[in-house]
Amino acid sequence: MPHMLTRSLDRGASIFLLVVAACGILIPLSNLLLPAGSALQVPTYLVALWGKYVCYAILALSIDLIWGYCGILSLGHGAFFALGGYAMGMYLMRQIGSRGVYGNPILPDFMVFLNYSKLPWYWHGFDMFWFAALMVLVVPGLLAFGFGWLAFRSRVTGVYLSIITQAMTYALLLAFFRNDFGFGGNNGLTDFKDILGFNVQAEGTRAALFALSCLALILAFLICRAVVSSKLGKVLIAIRDAESRTRFLGYRVESYKLFVFTLSACMAGVAGALYVPQVGIINPSEFAPGNSIEAVIWVAVGGRGTLVGAALGAVVVNYAKTFFTSGVLAPYWLFMLGALFVLVTLLLPKGIIGTFNAWWDQLGATKPNADSAAREDGVTEPKMAE
Amino acid sequence: MPAIVLALVRGLLLSIALIVATAPAFAASFEESVAKFANDDFSDTDDAVGEIAVSGNPLAFPIISALQDERLMFDAETKKVFIKQADGKIIDAATGAAVDKLPDNAAAVSLNNRLRRSVDAALGGLTLLSPDTNTRLTAAKSVFKSHEEATLPTVESALAKETNRSVKQALAEARAAILLFKSDASEVDKLEAVATIRSRGDQEALALLTEISGGDQPANVTKAAASAISSIQGSLAIWSGVQNAWYGLSLGSVLLLAAIGLAITFGVMGVINMAHGEMVMLGAYTTFVVQEVIRTRYPALFDYSLLIAAPLAFLVAGAIGVLIERTIIRFLYGRPLETLLATWGLSLILQQAVRSAFGPTNREVGNPSWMSGAFELGQITITYNRLWILCFTMAVFAILLAMLRYTALGLEMRAVTQNRRMAASMGIATSRVDALTFGLGSGIAGIAGVALSQIDNVSPNLGQSYIIDSFMVVVFGGVGNLWGTLVGAFTLGIANKFLEPVAGAVLGKIAILVLIILFIQKRPRGLFALKGRAVEA
Repeated sequence: MPHMLTRSLDRGASIFLLVVAACGILIPLSNLLLPAGSALQVPTYLVALWGKYVCYAILALSIDLIWGYCGILSLGHGAFFALGGYAMGMYLMRQIGSRGVYGNPILPDFMVFLNYSKLPWYWHGFDMFWFAALMVLVVPGLLAFGFGWLAFRSRVTGVYLSIITQAMTYALLLAFFRNDFGFGGNNGLTDFKDILGFNVQAEGTRAALFALSCLALILAFLICRAVVSSKLGKVLIAIRDAESRTRFLGYRVESYKLFVFTLSACMAGVAGALYVPQVGIINPSEFAPGNSIEAVIWVAVGGRGTLVGAALGAVVVNYAKTFFTSGVLAPYWLFMLGALFVLVTLLLPKGIIGTFNAWWDQLGATKPNADSAAREDGVTEPKMAE
Repeated sequence: MPAIVLALVRGLLLSIALIVATAPAFAASFEESVAKFANDDFSDTDDAVGEIAVSGNPLAFPIISALQDERLMFDAETKKVFIKQADGKIIDAATGAAVDKLPDNAAAVSLNNRLRRSVDAALGGLTLLSPDTNTRLTAAKSVFKSHEEATLPTVESALAKETNRSVKQALAEARAAILLFKSDASEVDKLEAVATIRSRGDQEALALLTEISGGDQPANVTKAAASAISSIQGSLAIWSGVQNAWYGLSLGSVLLLAAIGLAITFGVMGVINMAHGEMVMLGAYTTFVVQEVIRTRYPALFDYSLLIAAPLAFLVAGAIGVLIERTIIRFLYGRPLETLLATWGLSLILQQAVRSAFGPTNREVGNPSWMSGAFELGQITITYNRLWILCFTMAVFAILLAMLRYTALGLEMRAVTQNRRMAASMGIATSRVDALTFGLGSGIAGIAGVALSQIDNVSPNLGQSYIIDSFMVVVFGGVGNLWGTLVGAFTLGIANKFLEPVAGAVLGKIAILVLIILFIQKRPRGLFALKGRAVEA
């Protein structure tokens, strides 16, 4: 059975990588090279929209890594995403320079507006891209490390952990809404001009950002694959399925959890950092607990513990969201989203990919092997305390 | 205050009309004083106010209140002064005789801030002798604030005649305030005055004492004032502590009401119900519907609307709870994380359903008469709705506790909480207990909605604003023990209200969240954790 598992995952993984790479190359090329109005040309607004989906896919991957493989349900992953986004937003704010409404060469507009006399200390260094890029990884990573160090060491698990991650993002939401917190309060950071000297509004920049997002998705996927298929990944799955037993076998459960939680937070940060220049704004509503839970449902829809499914779920659900909220069905979108939560958990607990894999394995299973095929594809439900 | 003054003006004018008819002549000095207004000179006006206030003339009050409202008109040529009444009629200020119309060049007597103060003081003095207790009390309080020396004789004569205890107290305080500012008052009088004001002990007394201790006073008085100031400050600090504690209790009762149902379902079933807040919202909307029906059909029943709404809200929310448990949650046992997601989806659906049915805006839910208003306890104000909610919460808590302790269902629920499999082996129908527990928890949330509709906006987002706080209470208090929820709710409520004045509302809330996150590290299962096998079951 392990052999079959690897093969089926490999097949899915290679298809996934091919599709993402093809999109990352073909969509920008078609946008830039083909004449506007041509049937095959992808309009710029669609490039930005799909770029957003790709960022969500990276966020979903990061959630799948901890939820699908380690049983940690974080309801606050949106916080890491938003922190990465804020780090990038701060860089973009500093790039505006004296082109802001108030023309102050150092202070961003909102600081002039709020009567700041000088730049707060934590804004220093964000005029350099390398520093901002580092912070995109370091800030979410540090928060996740500190939070996880406290939580996992005290063996806070299951719903308790979910609830306090939600409290964490809620606390950050409240904090970032404050004007004197120094991140633009309610309005957040916006009105960006340049990234690395390129105009963020320009078609070329958008296409490049899209391609970069696809590249990041591929890299994130490869990292996740490397983690889960290594020996470390096997321990993670053991923790997911029987945490106490793994601990009694001599593994330091909290160290494994801490590593994977921090890694996942860094990935979420990168997703946020790629998201901000494509969307053009970052504000405190990204910290809203609802956003984090929505991200979890993408993973559930696609199939948790499959990686490919997480990315697929993010794209499918968000495409549906765009499709329904822009039409006459807009008032019913929340009904649909709510029903999605209920129906997926009830009827499709393995998600799209998980169900497909099980079906495919059953189809390909020869009669003598029926026994092992019936045991499905290795994605077992985590056994939680009753 | 203005309404009272106007009513008085009208009453007095009626009696004046009678007096004028029988006694046409007034003392010349009064007419001269009135004529001074016609000069429209601030110091003349001030003199006139002082003279008229002590004249004892029945026109004194209407003149001065007209002056206060800038309805006192004068004609510079004829040196005549008129009162323009609130109803537009004109009378001669010196004689009280009715006048057909104002002279063309009549203008209002002008005032400055200093004059306004003496006008207020004069009016205060004049109304000190009113037959109405409330008017006298208001007047005495305003004299306390203005402490105008000129009113001292009036205050003293009023004090001698006064029979009502609280008015007498207010008059004594007013007299003390005047004496403290009177430069030629004897030291003994002043010391006595400090003692009187010290016993008043509020913010105004503090301000008054601070003001006089800066001035030119005998050494003993300054010393007495200083000690009075520190004693008042001390007692005010205690009162503000009491006030915070009261606010905290009030917030805690709201949190308890919202969290208690959550604690039961979580304790018995290990299920976090993310749609719990929406049950609260449904309860609030039930109250709204009940009140609408009462308003349109049986307006006389309005005061009983909450009593009718509470059982209905319990039934509505409880029934929906049982429905949810039977159709969704029972298929997800042993998968608490998935339950969390499914109930979150439900909360979205319920919110949107209510939004479609009742609209996205706030709905108005009224307070019955017995829940509106407030009373004062020492230096703090307690509103009846908060007090009733506290009582209501404690009643719900007591009933629930009794139910768990003395009924068969309670026994079964406790058994399932402690050890589900053992309970099942002993013949308890655990799935029936689950359904009833979920219904009970939801029903209590519905009742909480009835109470919250009295102090919060009834909108589709009502539940959302309480859900995270309720989780915090449950996580902090621990599961499987209602006392934990009680202690958790009141601790968080009080801590929140004590942090608020120091750190501000938002930072206080953030601090509480961070503290809970840290607390969870120390005690991962809350304050009152279940011990033994149940923990890792």
